[in-house]
Amino acid sequence: MAHEHKLEIFRGALKFKSNVSKIWGVFIVLSIVTVVEVALGIIRPAFLVEHHFLALKLLNWIFIILTLFKAYYITWDFMHMRDETAGLRRSIIWTSIFLIIYLVTLILIEGDYIFEVYKNGYIKFDF
Amino acid sequence: MEATVVKTGTEGKTWGGGNDPLKASYGKMMMWFFILSDALTFSGFLAAYGFSRFKFVDAWPIPDEVFTHFPFLHGVDAPMYYVAFMTFVLIFSSVTMVLAVDAGHKMKQNKVIMYLFLTIIGGLIFLGSQAWEWATFIKGDYGAIETKGGQIVQFLDKEGERVALRDFAVVAAGERTEQTKEKGIWYKEEAEYYPSVSFEQVKAGFLANDNLLVRIQHKDEHGHHIVLNREESIAKVVNDGALVVEGANLRHNEYGHPLFADFFFFITGFHGFHVATGVLINCIIFFNVILGTYERRGHYEMVEKVGLYWHFVDLVWVFVFTFFYLV
Repeated sequence: MAHEHKLEIFRGALKFKSNVSKIWGVFIVLSIVTVVEVALGIIRPAFLVEHHFLALKLLNWIFIILTLFKAYYITWDFMHMRDETAGLRRSIIWTSIFLIIYLVTLILIEGDYIFEVYKNGYIKFDF
Repeated sequence: MEATVVKTGTEGKTWGGGNDPLKASYGKMMMWFFILSDALTFSGFLAAYGFSRFKFVDAWPIPDEVFTHFPFLHGVDAPMYYVAFMTFVLIFSSVTMVLAVDAGHKMKQNKVIMYLFLTIIGGLIFLGSQAWEWATFIKGDYGAIETKGGQIVQFLDKEGERVALRDFAVVAAGERTEQTKEKGIWYKEEAEYYPSVSFEQVKAGFLANDNLLVRIQHKDEHGHHIVLNREESIAKVVNDGALVVEGANLRHNEYGHPLFADFFFFITGFHGFHVATGVLINCIIFFNVILGTYERRGHYEMVEKVGLYWHFVDLVWVFVFTFFYLV
């Protein structure tokens, strides 16, 4: 069990004196991100909704990136991944990231394909 | 670092499991790999949600219009505020959990008890909120008509405000009689749920009220549901209308596509089940801490392992929140 914690976040831009103050710091960071997400979700700025990147609205890209940002800090600081050995970290993180990206990519492409078939094919919306 | 189980005589023997591979104890590493497999399960569910959403991308409900309620604020349009509150509750209970782990490292029994207690309370508040969210979703809001093809048609006034079925349906006098075997109707089953008004009443009310329009499930290029004009609206309701839908269940969903409700129940339900088991495990650990089990054992690693599970539940919620409520 790693009793000594690494007390820096943001690649050392933010240093904490104790583990407890680091926990509160991470909590504040996560809260700010959540507030930003909810604000964007309610306002839905027209620019971000109307412009697309890789078939997704810019707003949705922002949501996904902020979610991954939050997931990183929950895993690294609340679950102490930061303090584990590189081997454990990689066996968990690399495995899950690879499999999830693989699955999601294939399934979303398939979903979009079926959408096109429904739209441009002859089948009426009756499902 | 000692294993938490009794000694097995394999200390120092790699193939007997006595060493700590990756400097993590057996229990902690296995918790990590359980979390990995559970994360893949959840991503499978969320990917399935994405699949169905992409499949019906031009007819999917807009979450901002579905989750608009806040407890004790009736008639106030509050999109997502309540879910945001739930997210904060869960993140905060994660914070108290990690503080409990930290107190455990320092062998401060009383602090561990206090923080674990707060974590359990947070978990219970979250579960209660989710129950309320489900109840609101199941009960429904404005009501809608389902067409023969299974599409949802919702009612609006000329200003574009949603109108509830109960506000315009022509309610006939007379009680609804239930069909029973005793009355000789053995060949028909009762419907699984009763809407408060019948389709004929809604149709009559709609035709009598010139101010009403309908909007359909399909969306225009700006992502808003398409609103039909009065003539098209009448044609839609009269020709295609089939039944009244109020609220949501696994087959019908007044907010839009039934798959939206199915995935909502399944994914938030599965997550809620995780929260419930997390609360249960936290309670067990809580009493163990009070009884001094870990004080006698000499370390609080069990709190850390349970903490991992609890943080994972929070982690999943972060993704559910994004993909169900925001995107």
